[in-house]
Order: sequence, then structure tokens, then C-alpha cells
Amino acid sequence: MSVTPPAQVPEAEEAYSLRTGAQELATGFLVPLAATLLAFLIGGLVVLLTGHNPITAYRAIFEGAGFNWPYEWLTGQDTRASGRDLQQTLRTATPLILSALAVAFSFRCGLFNIGGQGQYWVGFIFALLVGTHLEGLSRPLHVLLCVAAGILGGAFWGGIAGFLRATVGAHEVITTIMLNWIAIYGGKWLFELDGPLQGAAPSLPRSEIIFDSATLWIIWSPYLHAGFLIALLALVVYYVVLNRTTLGFEVRAVGFNAEAARYGGINVRKSYFLALAISGAFAGLAGTVDLLGVKYAVDQSDFDTNFVAFTAIAVALLGRNKAVGILLAGLLFAALSTGTSSRNLDPDVFEPALATDLATMIQALVIFFVGAELLIVYLWRGTRRYARLGRPPAEEPAPL
Amino acid sequence: MIDRYRNFRTVAAVGIALGLAAFLLALPPFTIRTTIVPIVLGTGALALGLAALSQGERRLGGFAIGVGFLGTIGGLWAQGVDEDTLGAVLTGGLLASTLRFATPLAYAAMGGIFSERSGVVNIGLEGMMLIGAFFAVWGSVWSGSWVVGVATAMLSGGLLALVHAVFSIHLRADQIVSGFAVNLLALGLTGYLYSSIYPEGTTKGQVKRVPSLENAFDFLGWVPGSDLSLLVWLMFLVVILSYVVLFKTPIGLRIRSVGEHPRAADTVGISVYGIRYAAVITSGVLAALGGAFLSIGFTGRFTENMTGGRGYIALAAVIFGKWRPGWAFVATLLFGFGFALAIPLQREADISSNVISTLPYVLTLIAVAGVIGRSIPPAAVGRPYVKQ
Repeated sequence: MSVTPPAQVPEAEEAYSLRTGAQELATGFLVPLAATLLAFLIGGLVVLLTGHNPITAYRAIFEGAGFNWPYEWLTGQDTRASGRDLQQTLRTATPLILSALAVAFSFRCGLFNIGGQGQYWVGFIFALLVGTHLEGLSRPLHVLLCVAAGILGGAFWGGIAGFLRATVGAHEVITTIMLNWIAIYGGKWLFELDGPLQGAAPSLPRSEIIFDSATLWIIWSPYLHAGFLIALLALVVYYVVLNRTTLGFEVRAVGFNAEAARYGGINVRKSYFLALAISGAFAGLAGTVDLLGVKYAVDQSDFDTNFVAFTAIAVALLGRNKAVGILLAGLLFAALSTGTSSRNLDPDVFEPALATDLATMIQALVIFFVGAELLIVYLWRGTRRYARLGRPPAEEPAPL
Repeated sequence: MIDRYRNFRTVAAVGIALGLAAFLLALPPFTIRTTIVPIVLGTGALALGLAALSQGERRLGGFAIGVGFLGTIGGLWAQGVDEDTLGAVLTGGLLASTLRFATPLAYAAMGGIFSERSGVVNIGLEGMMLIGAFFAVWGSVWSGSWVVGVATAMLSGGLLALVHAVFSIHLRADQIVSGFAVNLLALGLTGYLYSSIYPEGTTKGQVKRVPSLENAFDFLGWVPGSDLSLLVWLMFLVVILSYVVLFKTPIGLRIRSVGEHPRAADTVGISVYGIRYAAVITSGVLAALGGAFLSIGFTGRFTENMTGGRGYIALAAVIFGKWRPGWAFVATLLFGFGFALAIPLQREADISSNVISTLPYVLTLIAVAGVIGRSIPPAAVGRPYVKQ
């Protein structure tokens, strides 16, 4: 996002400072923040229109997410309930953050990886295979092997899309979506009644349970497992790989301008493949920590109900594909989800069924407004004409 | 690169061979008594044939498609002679259910073509279908008439498309991101409205369904397939109209020029923004019709996320069909066939329905991987236009 200053003509200088100012504003945290607020505002309007009080609804969601825990803890109140809620939020945030990294990494390479869900499941299943076999290993070793298998599985599934993009140029949006459904139905087949990986109970379409030696450590009893630390570590890895390695530089260069990167001697195809494979690895890790820390086994119906990696796309967009942004956005979305779950939300205040959909709507609005940074900048600067603040026109087609 | 042409002759030839094998393997002396063999071979032949066809290998490719189709039917027929049910499934039933599965995809694909031909990527087809599916039910329950249901569906799809249009045309947001947000918004909005308006769900009697051809016009009862919903028949009309409008009228020329080179179109006095708005809204209206078919045309009810990824498959059909209505329609038929097969296969063969459910997706993957080499999108697709 470097902008070369034009010649020092006073007028141009003003235009330049205006534009860089807008860009700073846009790339900073203000746009996501404003987008979030705007989304909550519109979501509140919907709540109001359907005859509920938005403030009590939001307050109930906030408390359902356990965000009142620090306050209760500081004031020495009973924190058991809010602590559990907060743990659930952090636990929900874990796969969200990891899957969001899967979206973000390929985004930085100019690719839109919608296939996080498929990569999540393949990683999940690979880790499950290791977790339900190899009895008698020591716990750290078994966990490590499961994590490695999960990463490998996700990378494999993402790598297929990357390979197709790199070799025949198949559009990753289409291929990753198809791979999602193949993974979902494939998974349902594996664990169906009489399926190849169905567990010992003959009447239940579910897998075996992983050995105790493969489960992740609980770091905050009763819910929060060490997967949250893995997610934090992954954020650091994401930052370092992207910003401090040659690979990351190449990926970003391709994402910024593939043609220029190719001219500069970067192997664009290789970058495409690696970006999607690494993306898949993150999503596979998400599936793995979900298995080792929360689920321990998989039910056939999970494949129909678990769409965490789709939500994670919104997390990546809101977090602007930056490590810190993804962390905060992941926490926000996790809070929206636990805060509206039927267990945590008082049905007298707001029906959980409605609240879940409200959360989805807020998520959608957030993406809209983050995507349309121009709108936010426009609202922010009120009087200025937004057309002047736009990105430099990138619409010029190939020369005539 | 020089060998590409010859390569696809080989691809087509392999397709023909597969198609023949699909039939022959079911006959003596092989007599393989399982339905999966002709189906896998036959669909493989179809996919290869289509791949070759779109690469310019028209004659052999078309031949492979024909052979693949007939080979599958023949192969299934040969084994099912002694089973009466299979025979019944294969004659009219499979064709009709292929059409039923293809219809929503075809509507959405036509919409996608309009939008993308004008230079706006429309990932939001899925959401526009979904909102159409919901408002079709809402309109039909509210008014007691399916016509109103279809109309409200089209209106809602158009409005949602307008949101996408504003964000991607005037606000110059990333079109893929905006489209994705449309999907999520529709998912949340329809779910919210459905559970707050109909907490008990909807009953059969409340929802007025779109009548079939024979119910609407008694005297047409003799037409084969007249038990299909009117929306299926309308779909044929829409496909033909899409082709005519896009390729035989000045409006179509404008849409395509805006999608290929907006600056040039602007220079000769075409309103780039106007055309793009119109095209995106058209795509929303058509996609919503597809959604309306799903709810009041076929199942007679709305369920949360009932489109289940069909919008994305329609998008694949658009790319597969090289942004041309005719070919996109062929692609939707292929996917429809894949979905339709799952039903009789589940009953007749000892194959998990989950495995068969992956068939259309595997097919798409193969098709996209095989076809894309020369499937060139409109030049300006995905790029916001800044008027100067």
C-alpha cells in the first residue's frame, strides 16, 4: 500500500494527503470498527421492527458471551456462570480464528478460498484416524501426531484446489466449493451406518472416540482447551510467515499484482499452489483442535450442521486479513454465537432462534460495510465527495 | 500448446469409448450386474465429451456426449429388464426429475450470465435464490395466490440484487466479498423472518403451489411431462429469451460491451452504470425465480438454507457454459442428471446415497478443471468502473 508522492504542486499535495489520509483510515482499525457499529445499529433496527427491545437483546447477548466476567471478577462477585460463558466464547473462537487464517492467507495471495469447510473436515478426519489408532503413545507425542495429520489433511485438500489453479487455471472459488461438498458428503459416507469408519456402536452413525492420550489439555476448567493457545500460536506463525519470510513476500507480491510478480521473477503458479495448501493447513488445524479439544468423535449429523469455516470467511474479512484483526474479529463472532446460543440466552428476553439468525445478519452486514470501505470513508468525511477518495482506478482493461 | 487441439480429440475419443463401455459391460459376456458401472462410465463420457466440445472439438465431443448418454441409459436398461421398477424409473421419471433439479440451477445460471456479461461477478446468486424461496412462500401464504408468491419472490430477489449492485458498482466494493455478504445476509434474514413470522412453520394448505401444466391448462394434458410445474416450462422460455436478448438485440450488445470494455462503451454513449444495474437486478430476479421454484414450485414449503449451495453450482454452470445461455443450460442439465440419479440409485443399487451425492460436485470439478483452459470470462468482469 505504498503511494509515491506526486510532484510537489500545492494542489496535488493536498489531493495526495487527502488520499493517504483516507487510505490510512481505511486500512486501519477504524473501518472495521465503524462497520461493526453500523452493522449492530442496523441489526438493532431489525430487532426493533420485529417488536423487541434492541438494548436488552444486545445486553443479554453480551452477558451470554461471558464478557461481563472481568467486571464480576474484579468486583469479587460469583464468576462461575460468566466464567463458563467466557470459556465457551474462547473455545468457539479457536476454530474460527484458525479457519479465518485459512481464508486470509490465500487472500493475501489474491485467492478467495471458500473451501475452508472442506479442508476443516479432511483435517478433522485425518486427525481422527491417528487419534483412534496408535494406542499406548505418550500424550504429547500422540497429540503432536494428530496435529501433524490434521495439518497434512487440510493441506492436501487445499492443495488440490491450488494444484488445479496453478496448472489448468481452474477458478478456486468454484473448485473449493465443490471440494467442500465432496468432503461433506464423503464424511457423511465414512461415518454412516455400515460406513467404512463407523464406530463400534452398530446402530449409531458416528465414529470411534479418540484415545485419551490424543486429547488436548484443559487449560481453564471445565471448557477451555489448549487449542486456544494453538490458535494464538498460529496467528504468530501467520504473521511471521507472511511478513518475515521469502515465501510470504512472494505470496503477498502475487496477491498485490500477479503480473508484476511474474515479471519480477516470482513463480506465480508455485505461489498459488503453496498459498492454497498452507491455507488448507490452517483449516485442517482448526478441525484438529476441534476434534482433540471439544468433540473427541464425530457424528454423521455434524457434517450437516457445522459451518464454522463459512463464518470464518467473515472473520477474515472483518479482520482485514491481519493477525490482530483476525483475533479480535474471531472473538467478536464467537461472542455473537455463544451469546445467542439457546443455553446462554434467556428466552424471555429474546428468542434464541431469532437471535442466531440476527447474529448471521450482523455478520453479513459487517462484511458488506468492511467491503465497502468507500462507504465508511464517505460517511466519516461527510462533506467530501467520496468519488475522489477511491482507490486509484484499477478498472483499465488491457491496452487497445 | 500446439497439441491442445489434438489432445482434446483424444479426450473425446476416450469419452466415446467410455460411453460404449457403459452399455457393453452390462451385456453378455461381461454382464456386470451393478448400476454403478454404466453410470460412472456414462457420466465420465459426458464430462469428457463436454470438455472436448468446449475446447472446439465439436463433432467428436458432441458424439461422446450422445454416446455417453445413450450408453448409460442402455447399460441401466440392460440390467433392469427383469426389474420392472427400474424400467419405470428410466423412461419418464429420470428425465422429469433431471428437469426438476436443473430448473432452479438454470434460472440462477441465466441470471449469473446477465450479471457477469455486464462485468459484475455474482457470487450472491445463492442468497438471491434463498430470499426468492422465502418470499415466494410469504407472498403465496399472504395472498393465497401463487402468482403473487412468484411476484414477491422476483421483487425480493431484485431488491437484494440492488444491494449487491450498489455495493459493487457505486461503492466499488470487492464484488466477490459483496456477493458473499449477500449470501450471508439472505441466510440470516430469511431464517430470522421465517422463525418470527411462522413460529409453527407453514402448513400444506397455506402455501399455494405453482400448478403443473395440466392443472393450469386442462386441454394441454396430453403433452408429455405436463405434470411438471409451470415454472419448469417457463425456464425453457427464459433460457431462449436470455440467448436472444444477449446475442440478437442491441440491449445484449450493450450488456456485453459493458462487460468487455466499459471505457469504450462509455465513450460511445452507453451508460455503464445503468446497464450494470439493470443486469445485476435481472440476475437477482431470475435467481429468485429459481428459488421460488424450489419452495412453491416443488416442495411447497420453505426450510432454512434450502438452496444448499445450488447458487454456487449455478455459478459453476455459468463458467462451464462459457458465459453462454445454451451451454450453461446444458451444464445445468448435466448437474440435474447427477442429482436425479441419486434417487433411483439409492433404491436400486447397493450404494450409499452420500457417495452418489458427491457425483454432481465431482463432475463439476472435472468439468471446470478440464474446460477452463479456454473458458475466457468477459474481460472486465470483477472490475469496478470509475466514470471519468
